[in-house]
Amino acid sequence: MSTGNMNLTLKIWRQKNTKAKGGLVDYKLSDISPDMSFLEMFDVLNEELISKGDEPVVFDHDCREGICGACSMFINGRPHGPKEGVTTCQLHMRSFKDGDTIVVEPWRAKAFPVVKDLTVDRSAFDRVIAAGGFISVNTGNAQDANNLPIPKVQADSAFEAAACIGCGACVATCKNASAMLFVSAKVSQLAQLPQGQPERYRRVQTMVAQMDAEGFGNCTNTGACEAECPKGISLENIARMNRDYLSAKFVSEEDI
Amino acid sequence: MTMINKLILLLNTFAGIELKYNQMASFGNAFSSSIGKKLIMGITGLFLISFLAVHCFINALIFVNDGGLTFNVGAHFMATNWLIRAMEVVLMAGLLAHIIQGLRLVFQNQAARPVKYAVNNGAANSKWYSRSMGLLGTILLIFLIVHLSDFWVVSRFTGIPTVDSAGHENLFAVMVARFQTLWVVILYVLAMVSLAYHLLHGFASAFQTLGWNHKKYTPLIKAFGIWYSIIIAILFAAMPVAIYAGLIK
Repeated sequence: MSTGNMNLTLKIWRQKNTKAKGGLVDYKLSDISPDMSFLEMFDVLNEELISKGDEPVVFDHDCREGICGACSMFINGRPHGPKEGVTTCQLHMRSFKDGDTIVVEPWRAKAFPVVKDLTVDRSAFDRVIAAGGFISVNTGNAQDANNLPIPKVQADSAFEAAACIGCGACVATCKNASAMLFVSAKVSQLAQLPQGQPERYRRVQTMVAQMDAEGFGNCTNTGACEAECPKGISLENIARMNRDYLSAKFVSEEDI
Repeated sequence: MTMINKLILLLNTFAGIELKYNQMASFGNAFSSSIGKKLIMGITGLFLISFLAVHCFINALIFVNDGGLTFNVGAHFMATNWLIRAMEVVLMAGLLAHIIQGLRLVFQNQAARPVKYAVNNGAANSKWYSRSMGLLGTILLIFLIVHLSDFWVVSRFTGIPTVDSAGHENLFAVMVARFQTLWVVILYVLAMVSLAYHLLHGFASAFQTLGWNHKKYTPLIKAFGIWYSIIIAILFAAMPVAIYAGLIK
């Protein structure tokens, strides 16, 4: 482990389980390299805690290359820390100064209960996807890709929506803990492609209904989600979802 | 069965049309879902914005500075035209819907995050006024109670005491009398600052909620919204200030 010269004070949320009352606990770390990622800094902390016989800090992490969306940490008042367009694993200690105090909290939302310390249960997102975020495809060979002409702008827009990694930063930063950016990305990636058309208006209704049932707040268009999204998912997706949802509710004759 | 469907069924029954529930499609939670609640805020918001333009235009007639003669003609028209009077009922309903729904949303949204953050740097990703619509709206609600009892109650219920030289009810005199007190003028100006910020977020936000986000039109809507918010608020705020300063007599 490369050692550096950064000394830090960490204030980390510790909570035994979902029901327990948690609180911020102070930790001092020294000789941290500015080239470490934020999660590597946490690894160092946990090594120290384990060697002292203390309970290590539980946090979610998986790919450590910014594509899995697991590393949910609310750092100094912002999801994934002070840099834009990155997840926590892509955040490096050079983004902080020697002597800094860093406050790390879990995502806060009624729909994301804390499991332990910094780990929250994001299965509400899975249930939203299960409610309609898919296309029904008959078994058999996939047809030739060129059979379905898709305009470039539309393909790009669908792809941009599909870049969502479901990390939950949008919910974490939204003052209303609303999941509209996530759900709208998942609605939009299918609504713009021919394969998504048959279930388009049913999908948007069932997914929004599940989103509401999970206890997420209501969007007030502050734009915080878009600013904090590590994948740059646009607010245009929310407008598209609203459009599809309202057309479905007022035009469709199908009962959902 | 939803409320709307029950209402439709009831209307049909009274009209003597036999309609079975299974012949209808339900609106479901079109208005009570998260997007439905936003829809109500957006539509009533845009309606109230359009009302402000009319209100501001009529009131700006005091700047003709002819002792309120022109303004009183405008006020008389607004008070007597049947279409305006009918719209007044719609306006009150829209205002109430906006207030009640807005307050409900504030409480529901707070409940969506039962444990708050110890440190939350909202300024890093959003404008303070977009995060303070509930607070700005509450300031406007308090102002509206004062404002409606100042003028609306007087002109509709208790009666305007004097007439002007043209024989019209002299609402202008009521206005001049009201804006001789400094704290009233300050209250009105502060309320208009709140209005400006409320609209700065609300104008473009309403379009976004309705799904009207378009690369061609959204930049126009955003720019127009900013100009509209500032101009309307300055014009309204200028009225009590000008009267207090004695510029309008």
